[in-house]
Amino acid sequence: MDEERVGFLAPYRVLDLTDEKGLLCAKTLADLGADVIKIEPPGGCSSRKIGPFYKDIPQPEKSLFWFAYNANKRGITLNVECEDGREIFKKLVTTADIVIESFPPGSMKTRGLGYDDLCRIKPDIILTSITPFGQDGPYKNFQASDLVCWSMGGFAYLTGDSDRPPVQVSFPQAYLAGANEATTATMVALYHREISGEGQHVDVSIQASVAKNMMNAPFFWEAAGVNVRRAGPFRIGLSIATGQKVIWKCKDGEISFFFWGGKSGARTNRALTEYMEEDGTAPTSMKEMEWETFDMASATEELFKEFNHHMGKFFQAHTKKELFQRAMKENMTLYPVQTTADITADTQLQERDYWEEVEHSELEERLLYPNPPFFLSEELRVQKRRAPLIGEHNEEVYRGELGISREEMIKLQELGAI
Amino acid sequence: MEEEIFQGLKVLDFSWAIAGPWTVKYLADHGATVIHVETVHHPDIIRAGPPFKDDKPGVDSSIYWVNYHCNKYGLSLNMSHPRAREIIKKLVSWADVIVENFSPGVMQRWGVSYEEVREIKPDIIMLSSSQLGQTGPLATMRGTGIQLTAYTGFNRLTGWEDREPSVLYGGFTDCPAARFGATVLIAGLLYRRRTGKGMYIDLSQYEAGLHLLAPVLMDYQVNGRIAMRRGNRHQYAAPHGVYPSRGDDSWCAITVSTDEQWKALCRAMGDPAWSKESRFSTFPNRKDNEDELDRLISEWTVTLTPKEAMFKLQEAGVPAGVVQKGEDLYNDPQLKQFGYFWEVDHPVIGKHRLESHAFNLSKTPRKLRMPAPRLGEHTEYVCCQVLKLTDEEFVDLLADGVFE
Repeated sequence: MDEERVGFLAPYRVLDLTDEKGLLCAKTLADLGADVIKIEPPGGCSSRKIGPFYKDIPQPEKSLFWFAYNANKRGITLNVECEDGREIFKKLVTTADIVIESFPPGSMKTRGLGYDDLCRIKPDIILTSITPFGQDGPYKNFQASDLVCWSMGGFAYLTGDSDRPPVQVSFPQAYLAGANEATTATMVALYHREISGEGQHVDVSIQASVAKNMMNAPFFWEAAGVNVRRAGPFRIGLSIATGQKVIWKCKDGEISFFFWGGKSGARTNRALTEYMEEDGTAPTSMKEMEWETFDMASATEELFKEFNHHMGKFFQAHTKKELFQRAMKENMTLYPVQTTADITADTQLQERDYWEEVEHSELEERLLYPNPPFFLSEELRVQKRRAPLIGEHNEEVYRGELGISREEMIKLQELGAI
Repeated sequence: MEEEIFQGLKVLDFSWAIAGPWTVKYLADHGATVIHVETVHHPDIIRAGPPFKDDKPGVDSSIYWVNYHCNKYGLSLNMSHPRAREIIKKLVSWADVIVENFSPGVMQRWGVSYEEVREIKPDIIMLSSSQLGQTGPLATMRGTGIQLTAYTGFNRLTGWEDREPSVLYGGFTDCPAARFGATVLIAGLLYRRRTGKGMYIDLSQYEAGLHLLAPVLMDYQVNGRIAMRRGNRHQYAAPHGVYPSRGDDSWCAITVSTDEQWKALCRAMGDPAWSKESRFSTFPNRKDNEDELDRLISEWTVTLTPKEAMFKLQEAGVPAGVVQKGEDLYNDPQLKQFGYFWEVDHPVIGKHRLESHAFNLSKTPRKLRMPAPRLGEHTEYVCCQVLKLTDEEFVDLLADGVFE
């Protein structure tokens, strides 16, 4: 590349062969300065078909899903299904530090591109494989979807109303959890390579990534024979027996609030009681409560029922904004359930320069993208570029870097390799 | 013994709750030397988090806490004690990395801000992971991952449109916060190796979570559409959902994204007459008649256990999976093969299978070297063996209440 690379990972090159299961993995490495080359099959990656789309036009160059998870990458088309394509891929591997793929287990090997094959070309290469269930085991060849991984990983059972089927998040989260875990896994392997000179194969399971998100939930089984179960707007797993209402309707949406006992909850509980008193809706049980010594574990269900009844009515008489402004003033732990519109307008993000405008010359437009979730000094920040168009950097990579002649490129195009 | 990846890397760990400890777990389980600092005056809230050994709460009996602190040394230190400074200085000189996830301002109050630690150790790397970041109008807002999950927009997208949103178990934003946190920390270590420069990293858990919703945030920006929860409905798949199966609260997830998968599903169900009706013949038709489609599929799934349904459908080539409960995860042959749970033998809790990591490294596997420390378990070891205090110095500070 012509420009000087900056960022923590500036010296490294990553080849990204993934689909929707892994795009976020290399995207995060690109945000940290790595030179990421997204390799798509001729015609474009299947994830370009995933919406939402720019102005709702369902075209491969207008997928907002693609935009979001491929920014800062370069893009080439290459058909690794054919011999000529594989030869070019191998040439690229000699220039790379990391290869990330999300094909079914064994497919890379069948193509002659398994970890051992890549090692022969580049002995210290790191190969990260992201699959629904991992490279080995009885379910390794199972057909999967985000919902299947979410369910097999155990999170579905914890999610949704207790009187209806378990649910996923409507913007699915299982593949993203896997890709997110894969980034950390790849960094662990890269650190090892820096110290020892040794590369390795990193086997990431999306199912296990989802299970990890469950935190303490599975332990209730081994410790007490209890399967923690979904409870809608109630919080579970606080103790085995009780649930606590967390999501509340308010005038124009919802808020998140729950009681916390002892000193740590006293400030919030007292502030809420005072707020309710101003409306004349605080019950005596709240007004007379000694919040400093309020013990969640010994409070009766009747007491919570009474609190919930009065609080429910109180919240419904106020807007999200009113409630949150009061919370900010009193430093109460009460937050709005934000919509994407609320988030877009949030001054907290604006003050931290979270959004960055990126030029989309092909759309004659500039779009806002989220910056990395960590604030770094100026010299380490990577200048954002939009996601690549299909084959946008073919010329730059094939001719400029691999020295393939124009005639050869035409031939390879005719063979369907690039 | 084989070398471990982070062997020799020294981590000073002030983390508590979930996001911070989970970040450090990646380093601890791959060989870093971690000293975890806490005080008996304010034990970590997770030490009061269930489940407990024999359902009896106790500072050293939380299985939840133990899950996130294996492979660490535990030092008890009263940070508010006037003489704590003597130990902090030695700890900072010892460390390569500091990780903390208190509310902004706490580390400053203790005299352990980045500016101060840099004076002691110029090339130190310090990661502060907080709810909303160290700067901005909301920086000092109190809260937990549970409320942050609402603020980040996940709750709005979870549950049924005709009902209030559902909770996402635990603190959902802690998960990306930990993963992004460990990623940037290791990237920072590589940068320091190259340049000799340390750094301060201010991570916002809110901003980390939003990366997992980036496309729908762009959808609002470009198309003005405000994303909404819709049960298990999917834009590109029908049927797509979780179907009742035989057994108590038992379910099987099914996704049909192509006509081939639809045919395979029909075959697996024994090609019932209704499946040939034109209202289900194409994807748009199935999408238009989704409620009825779900009802009819349920009539079939309810005759099978979720496992039977899964195997039958997988054999036919349809993406399907059991909605696994805690019990199922422990018995899952796939997770077993992967080595996801590892058994920890803890002096108070005894043997318990805890979470490891969702990846396997072919040459340098993670290792369980020791269970999570009891509160203050390694105070003497850390002071005398690592920080090289003399016995007299240690006893003097101990008598003064510094190690409470």
